[in-house]
Amino acid sequence: MTTDALVQLRGIVKEFPVKSRSLFGSRGDKLQAVAGVSLELRRGETLGLVGETGCGKSTLARCVVRLMDLSAGHVIFDGEDISTASHAKLRPFRRRMQMVFQDPYGSLNPRRRVGSIISDPFVIHGIGTARERKVKVQDLMALVGLNPEHYNRFPGDFSGGQRQRIGIARAIALRPEFIVCDEPVSALDVSIQAQILNLLHELQGELGLTYLFISHDLSVVRHVSDRVAVMYLGKIVETAPSEALYDHARHPYTRALLSAVPAFAPDASCAQAAVVLTGDPPSPLDPPHGCRFHPRCPRAQARCATEEPNLVPRHGDGAEHATACHFPLADGELLTTRTAAEVFP
Amino acid sequence: MSTAPAIRARGPWALAFERLRHDKAAIASAITILFAVLVALCAPLLALLTGHSPIEQFSETGLSPAGIPVGPGPEFWLGTDALGRDVLVRIAYGTRTSLLVGVVASSLAVLIGAIVGIAAGWHGGTIDTVLSRFMDVVLSLPFLVLALALAALVGPGLGVSVFLIAFFSWASVGRVIRAEARSVREREYVQAARAIGAGSVRIMFVEVLPVVSATVIVYATLLIPSAIAFEATLSFLGLGVPPPTPTWGNMLGDAMAYYKVAWWLLLFPGAALLGITYAFNVLGDSVRDALDPRHDQTIRRGAG
Repeated sequence: MTTDALVQLRGIVKEFPVKSRSLFGSRGDKLQAVAGVSLELRRGETLGLVGETGCGKSTLARCVVRLMDLSAGHVIFDGEDISTASHAKLRPFRRRMQMVFQDPYGSLNPRRRVGSIISDPFVIHGIGTARERKVKVQDLMALVGLNPEHYNRFPGDFSGGQRQRIGIARAIALRPEFIVCDEPVSALDVSIQAQILNLLHELQGELGLTYLFISHDLSVVRHVSDRVAVMYLGKIVETAPSEALYDHARHPYTRALLSAVPAFAPDASCAQAAVVLTGDPPSPLDPPHGCRFHPRCPRAQARCATEEPNLVPRHGDGAEHATACHFPLADGELLTTRTAAEVFP
Repeated sequence: MSTAPAIRARGPWALAFERLRHDKAAIASAITILFAVLVALCAPLLALLTGHSPIEQFSETGLSPAGIPVGPGPEFWLGTDALGRDVLVRIAYGTRTSLLVGVVASSLAVLIGAIVGIAAGWHGGTIDTVLSRFMDVVLSLPFLVLALALAALVGPGLGVSVFLIAFFSWASVGRVIRAEARSVREREYVQAARAIGAGSVRIMFVEVLPVVSATVIVYATLLIPSAIAFEATLSFLGLGVPPPTPTWGNMLGDAMAYYKVAWWLLLFPGAALLGITYAFNVLGDSVRDALDPRHDQTIRRGAG
């Protein structure tokens, strides 16, 4: 373990009880949304977390900032294990880690004024007098590119992008070190996405922030991340520095995701034809044995159904690039599968 | 900073009030209700003006030689009842009972409903199950049978009426508010408040209450007419405020034996009851429309 790790996640598991009630009592099934995730975030870096909808990204995010209790595993923030800390014990950590939410409409109370929303962190942590707080709120609004004179307005008076700026202002109010961005731009127009991403990037430089950046959009993640982790059905299948992942993806799932990113100028670098995965992701209620991806994997063999692959460097990669696959793709090797034309003739 | 005419930041409440102000039905019903309140307040003045107290029996002037109630005329504007009492003055005094019971009982019902509803919806789990089942039980009680039994047991009276009405009304409010609190709990802004470090009490007051209060206000307005009708029902059956205190309900009850010869005994208290409940219902509907978030924009007509 390197010493500059700000946040360490060790074997995080989050299960939800699923009650299927019948006349004769209830059956206690468990849905495993996050199935043992270990990651490490270094100070000042951005770790991108990508995966399909429903793969457990947001659940993991909520576990990291302890909006949910963990079923197992540890969240270690700056050397302290906060995975079982009580509400009171978490309070000082709330100042140091924050979250930006996906839905700019749902994450702001429509019945409260924007100034009041942004000053919440100060009020809750008892910082400053009312007058000082107002100055701080207006400074924050200016910092995120809002007109400070609008502090008296309601969220309904702002556009989606502006609302996301309000959410960011609230998140950075207490000068945290670590921010979890849970799909912060997926609800926004493409033109606005870039503005918000640039804002997040500028703030990172100014405030020395560490980001866990969650998205299902690979092009967005590529743009912002130093390192990327790919999640499938509650597990990390591949993690690598951003460039390495995009240029030498080893895991068939990563390759399939990458091929699904629309390219505006198809050229030689896009030699890989679109790989169309068949079927839906399996139910996390009853995940496949062995490698969780094997029912959909074009390279799957008998071993994949029985033996779960470890997340380790493959094909002589450095320690930074780990893949959980028995048959990882070599450099330049193409993932051969049915192309879009074959699936949709 | 010199800008164009400043756009005022109008909150949801200000917008709702603005909508209400432009709603003719709401204005008309508000005026009706204000008039009723005025009548209730000025009932003694009316008694002084006509020289008739609500319980005085005018056997000489108020009854025909045959003992039949006299109809509306210059002496008794709305006629007299079977005992020779002034119907107008009695209706005015009845307004007091109706409004008092209506407002107090429905406030009590909404208060209990809001507390139980928020508690159930917010906490979930066992607390929710217990409280929800309890509300279901209350809702499934045959209210009239139970009200009759209870009123007979402890004896009729104003306090008993208020208690009975509140007890049989709060559960419906509680259920709606429970659902609302439950949905607010899952909103991202509640998650955001938690992420900042807000405690449950703060979240309940700062985040949940303002959102739920719109429902609370609508329900309070809509419960008043049903409480008034409920009180009239109890009085009609002789289980409300005991005579000789006049209420619309017991006036209607008394009228049942005489309405064939004295139509005014039925018409005027009935009209008063219908008018006030209708006005409250219309106002409640208007308030609900005004607070409805689907009407998020008001179009301002003209310059003003």
